[in-house]
Amino acid sequence: MSEAQANSAQQGDLPPGEEGADDGGVHGAVISYLIGLVLAAGLSAASFLLPLTGLVYAPALPVALVVMAIAQMGVHLVFFLHITTGPDNTNNVLALAFGVLIVFLILGGSLWIMANLNQNMPSMTQIMQMQR
Amino acid sequence: MSAAATESRRIGHDDPRGQRATTGSGRDGPASKRIIVGYGFWIFLLSDIVMFSAFFAAYAVLANATAGGPTGRQLFDLKSVAWETGCLLLSSFTSGLASIGAMLRSARIFQIAMAATFVLGALFLGLEIKEFAGLVAQGAGPQRSAFLSAFFSLVGCHGLHVTVGLLWLLTMMAQVWAKGFREDVQRRILCFNLFWHALDIIWVGVFTVVYLFGAGL
Repeated sequence: MSEAQANSAQQGDLPPGEEGADDGGVHGAVISYLIGLVLAAGLSAASFLLPLTGLVYAPALPVALVVMAIAQMGVHLVFFLHITTGPDNTNNVLALAFGVLIVFLILGGSLWIMANLNQNMPSMTQIMQMQR
Repeated sequence: MSAAATESRRIGHDDPRGQRATTGSGRDGPASKRIIVGYGFWIFLLSDIVMFSAFFAAYAVLANATAGGPTGRQLFDLKSVAWETGCLLLSSFTSGLASIGAMLRSARIFQIAMAATFVLGALFLGLEIKEFAGLVAQGAGPQRSAFLSAFFSLVGCHGLHVTVGLLWLLTMMAQVWAKGFREDVQRRILCFNLFWHALDIIWVGVFTVVYLFGAGL
């Protein structure tokens, strides 16, 4: 264990991307990356293959794909970025939670407003005809 | 002083029975430089992800605005995208191995893992450039429709990040070679790893929202 890690373990905070000191050292770190790789590869493969198999009711496919994408992002966060729920990670998790909030506001807000605009406004061809 | 008053003064401070300091500069004084640098870079990455979410929102709004031009279903080659995904995921794994090499202060493990990361990242970038060149060649460049403008902005922005990441990767290999595993070099390796893993997270969003939604549905 490096000096920096010993230091951070003693301090009760971890920077993002660093594993906790009690996770089994090098062996544990390699295993953690391997688990992450296998899980992420499985989720990626499932995302690519699911539309081809027809296992999922077609209108439900986008939801299934979004769920798998979010699951894979979670796998990346936990096994690659080492963002955990441990007490040494509270700052990292809080920052992440705020980031996720902003991302959902931007994405959800844009889609919601633009869908409403599309529904409530006349189409471009109609506008052009009205101006004639 | 009453017990209640003592209790209220402790709010926001350390639990007197707790075994550890609270976050920030708790019982053990200010955090180490490694924690502060890593945390600061984490904040930057989150702001980068917020920026990407704006590109994603623009793409999602404009995905059907093809102006009579080609749609995603006609343009996207999922096989090439699957290869890109595999390359980037594996490169995320090898960069994790490089960080373990740095933790062990083993220059050999670090350099081999970083070289593998570079090759996989370069493969990803090559496939993407090939795709872009093919699209432009068949008249589906960014000026063709709002859909394609948004597509090239979003995917191109991610590609630019990967390019910058590759340059940073080479810099880290050179710094470890020239300076060894000094504490400041270690901090840069930590930040590089965060950056590279974050790029892979964004790519998960890209292949789902852009390619799978665009081609399969």
